[in-house]
Amino acid sequence: MRYVIVGNGPAAVSAVESIRRFDATGDITLFSRENEFTYSRPLISYLLLGATDEDRMRYRKPDFYTANRVDYRQGVSVTAIDPEKREVTSSDGSVTPYDRLLLATGARPFVPPAEGLDTVSYHSFMTLEDARGLREALTPNSSVLIVGAGLIGLKCLEGIRHLCDRITVVDLADQILPSILDREAAAMVQAHIEKERVDFILGDSVVKYQPGLATTRSGRTIPFDVLVMAVGVRPCTELAVAMGLDAARGIPTNERGETAIPGVYAAGDCAVSHDITTDTDRVLALLPNAAMQGEVCGADMAGGRVDPLNSLPMNAMGMFGLHMITAGTMVGEDHIIRTPGGYKRLCTKDNRLMGYILVGDVERAGIYTALIREKTPLDSIDFALMLEKPQLMAFSKRDRQMKMGGSRL
Amino acid sequence: MKRIYVNEKWCLGCHLCEYYCAFANSGKSDMVKALKNVTIHPRIHIEGGKSGVHFAVSCRHCANPLCVKGCISGALSVKNGMIEIDQDKCVGCFTCILSCPYGAIMPDASGHVMQKCELCTKNASGEPACVKNCPNQAIVFEER
Repeated sequence: MRYVIVGNGPAAVSAVESIRRFDATGDITLFSRENEFTYSRPLISYLLLGATDEDRMRYRKPDFYTANRVDYRQGVSVTAIDPEKREVTSSDGSVTPYDRLLLATGARPFVPPAEGLDTVSYHSFMTLEDARGLREALTPNSSVLIVGAGLIGLKCLEGIRHLCDRITVVDLADQILPSILDREAAAMVQAHIEKERVDFILGDSVVKYQPGLATTRSGRTIPFDVLVMAVGVRPCTELAVAMGLDAARGIPTNERGETAIPGVYAAGDCAVSHDITTDTDRVLALLPNAAMQGEVCGADMAGGRVDPLNSLPMNAMGMFGLHMITAGTMVGEDHIIRTPGGYKRLCTKDNRLMGYILVGDVERAGIYTALIREKTPLDSIDFALMLEKPQLMAFSKRDRQMKMGGSRL
Repeated sequence: MKRIYVNEKWCLGCHLCEYYCAFANSGKSDMVKALKNVTIHPRIHIEGGKSGVHFAVSCRHCANPLCVKGCISGALSVKNGMIEIDQDKCVGCFTCILSCPYGAIMPDASGHVMQKCELCTKNASGEPACVKNCPNQAIVFEER
């Protein structure tokens, strides 16, 4: 069996490991546009922060490609795929045939058009190369403008806070982290970040760029030396679309990760997931989700089987020592507990936990995540106890013994 | 694989397992020096209280470990069935706390990296200290 994998992130790496569990001898060829050993993109902010370095950022041990007998084409991008002939053409001019193909092409930054954007240079914050470039550009006197108060923009902010002077963050939304936090939690986190001398301009957007100056819709002017665009990401689906897949908003797959073209699979930030908390199909660009999808694809590609886990949005995020963990969708009945420096909101609907937001005390949050993922009927647990704090005591003795006793491990 | 199990019928809720865990992982040879006037950060925790029921919770070393799959740094991995953590690679993102269905992984004393039960394979205890020192043999280390 000949396997070709396009991409080198967590989805691709998990697929390699999964293929090797079921097929020790097949040929695996892996193409990576980036000229790097596999690394974890979410770590680039920790790199700038000094919490890790390029060696420790490697997502797997240094012998990963050799130990798994992967023909690793580092720095080589795939330029075309012929699904009829089952072969890929790459930027080095070579043609590689496949029996099974995995598209793990990830996502790229989305930069909305704006007047004058072509007259200024800006940084994205997605790849290791982006992080190196940004670090290079910053000086202790730099004024930085970050466009986007989402996960990427704010993790960038945390990473570079000690490397520059002023930081201003602009976002069209009227709160920070709108994809994971509600208004109240966002206000708490924003107040915490503002202690680090950061200016937020929310509910406004930059409409005009000139060298060193941005002008917002409301007429404010923001001088900057360094501009970071962190508005969002879009799935990289050009190869899939060129193959005839209906993939403009992410590549759809079946539950085994296979696309509408037999033998062609997709996983990670380029692929569509089924979100069990909204019952909709959409891209869930999250590292844990990518790793799980890659594992499911790899198994199926190699003739094995790994049961897919239910997918849901979920995030762990820390900013300057304040941690927040969120999962699911905030619909249904609210259960809110406020503590000094802390906020907890659980949402329940139809006897299920649908979503939660924890700020501050995030201890054992995974017990809540499991309630969502497993669609645990809430009338089977002591919900009042569970609301107080995540704990296994809230399950019935029988369920607890099932969980703890070994039969399900 | 041998795992640590607790029989909640026998667990007294005495919390000794927590102290022995903290001691075993302190790197010190004297229990008093290791624990006196110290806030302990054990990798095993007793749940229980009002109802009179108690039980100890530590890493289940799941065959399908969500913490490992979700780990953004590659710090968590499986070695011979045991889930281990490379604290040098961990950046303290807390994604494993978000993922673990048992609430069995937590920050270490520094608060910046995670710690978890590694079955006392990386300390001088030789066998799990919580099991060895449970006064009521409520915690066992066995194959099931």
